[in-house]
Amino acid sequence: MSILVGRETRLVVQGITGREGEFHSRAMLDYGTPLVAGVTPGKGGQTALDGRVPVFDTVAEAVRQTGANTSCIYVPAAGAPDAILEAAGAGIGTVICITEGIPALDMLTTAEAVAQAGVRLIGPNCPGVTSPGQAKVGIIPGSIHRVGRVGVVSRSGTLTYEAVQAMTDAGIGQSTCVGIGGDPIIGTTFLDILQLFAEDSETDAIVLIGEIGGAAEEAAAGWAAQHLRGVPMAAFIAGRTAPEGKRMGHAGAIISGGTGTAAGKVAALEEAGIRVAASPTEIPALLRAAGVN
Amino acid sequence: MKIQEADAKSLLVAQGLPVPPWEVARTPAEARAAAERVFAAGAERVVIKAQVLVGGRGKAGGVKLAGDGDEAQEVAGRILGMEIKGITVRKVLVAEAADIVKEFYLGAVLDRGERRILLMGSAEGGVEIEQVAAERPDAIVRIHAHPLLGLLDWQARQMAFGLGLGAHRQAAAAIAKGLVSTMLANDADLVEINPLAIVRTRAADGAEQLALQCLDAKITLDDSALHRHPGLEELRDLDEEDPADIAARAEGISFIKLDGTIGCMVNGAGLAMTTMDLVKRAGGEPANFLDIGGGARADRVAAAMRLILSDPKVRAILVNIFGGITRGDEVAHGLIEARALQHRDVPMVVRIVGTNAEEAARLLTEARFETAASLDEAAAKAVAAAGVASPAS
Repeated sequence: MSILVGRETRLVVQGITGREGEFHSRAMLDYGTPLVAGVTPGKGGQTALDGRVPVFDTVAEAVRQTGANTSCIYVPAAGAPDAILEAAGAGIGTVICITEGIPALDMLTTAEAVAQAGVRLIGPNCPGVTSPGQAKVGIIPGSIHRVGRVGVVSRSGTLTYEAVQAMTDAGIGQSTCVGIGGDPIIGTTFLDILQLFAEDSETDAIVLIGEIGGAAEEAAAGWAAQHLRGVPMAAFIAGRTAPEGKRMGHAGAIISGGTGTAAGKVAALEEAGIRVAASPTEIPALLRAAGVN
Repeated sequence: MKIQEADAKSLLVAQGLPVPPWEVARTPAEARAAAERVFAAGAERVVIKAQVLVGGRGKAGGVKLAGDGDEAQEVAGRILGMEIKGITVRKVLVAEAADIVKEFYLGAVLDRGERRILLMGSAEGGVEIEQVAAERPDAIVRIHAHPLLGLLDWQARQMAFGLGLGAHRQAAAAIAKGLVSTMLANDADLVEINPLAIVRTRAADGAEQLALQCLDAKITLDDSALHRHPGLEELRDLDEEDPADIAARAEGISFIKLDGTIGCMVNGAGLAMTTMDLVKRAGGEPANFLDIGGGARADRVAAAMRLILSDPKVRAILVNIFGGITRGDEVAHGLIEARALQHRDVPMVVRIVGTNAEEAARLLTEARFETAASLDEAAAKAVAAAGVASPAS
């Protein structure tokens, strides 16, 4: 099964003819992802990636002609909320938004509308979702993965690559790796992904990679304590040395009023029985200790 | 982006909120002239407040009262030029000292977990809301604005009654709604009035009356939305920014200066924080947070190197790149160019993995850079290098 993306994915890329969109679409296609359509308004009828992918003017048309069920968005920030809503309106079930720099208040209304439509939104400002050996949607390098049974969920990009590479080097494969995004307002939280992994028959263990800011890691830890006892888990939290009141790159990564600290998150995870690595390279050893072979 | 109290008050006034008049002065003489205008309008005392973007002004002696023009000039002279948490005061706000009957707190923030705007109010104004929240959470009234319709009238009334402001319910409800509209109109992350106060004022006929007024304001703006509010970008206070921060923003680099000796150059915010954490774990202190961003090319790498070296405390540099969009060989070229132009000899440890890492390794070896295979190893080597390097002259 895996979660969110897999063999049953039929992907449409919104913004496929842009620089980023084209570069990453090629990598997704080369990985073997079922990329069936691209959308760029005004370029309908053309093809992208050397004729390998048909381009449509609207997502609705792409869905009608190709049966696309999942969208990946590379549209610039000013147009990205509209692109998300277009996908939701066209009947796409899972929307993965890579775009960074979307104003938070735009995401408040967009996330609400998407939730009311019953559509799953991943991101924005996320690296995407990969189910190794099945489908790669987003910008995560395909080379770092190994097929396996550990689910990975993270707020970061390159930090996720670091952790996944360490797992792969240690011979621990992944079922699905999900980057939920580093913005304050995102469509899908750690807790949502833990629930999906808990129900996935191909996921036996879970790695959670968090960072300072907000309380999403704490909420996930609280749920895990209730529902994931017995499931091998390991975690990492970035920002133990981050000063208060400074936004550490990600719009969501800021300690304010004494909340959102790494220490608080580590304590919440450990209280839930989840061991927290001091370095991403220690994640494989913690997984082994928790019972992953 | 944080903005000064006086600018925040202007944004509140633009949404129709009641803020007593103020002036901003840059010299003691200007402060005196402003104070004399306030006295001429009938005030008995003025308040002179340092305009800085850090909290704790009052405790630091940056907020004082004055009873006449001479005193205003003298007080302003003491506040202007004073340092508050490392920031030099260059402006003061001058206003009538309010005759406060009771203080409240009212603030609007983004509630990430609920994906709503959260309006918070407390009848214990004038103190840190975090302290009230920690000690007596029941003393805070919390109302989530409707995600699509904003703060509804009944919600604003609920806040007014919740704060015990029944006698002022129309004014209080209007302020609650105005707070949320200020947030929406300016793409703010946070709009805070602390204190919101019942103050005693005199009408034209001399009769005393009570009114609700916003006496202090704090607003932070969403950096991602500034491009659509060109007027707000002008409120950025460059006086309070480190020149390195201004240079970083111009280059599209995310940079925060810290106190340590090991400069860090990383791609990706989460990995940049992790690199800092591992430097600390290896016994060193990071000199900065620096994310060169995705897809950085040689010129941005060179700019990042200049930023790091602009800090004289830096005694070693750790470069950690996990190539995805970013190409390792591009970074290597940038490092080689930057080192050729470097004015002082600071040891550097480089780790590049991912896209085009092999080509990067070849370039770095040829150029005799110290390299490391793992992040932990790179951190340990950088800490060791900083320990033996001679201090910057």
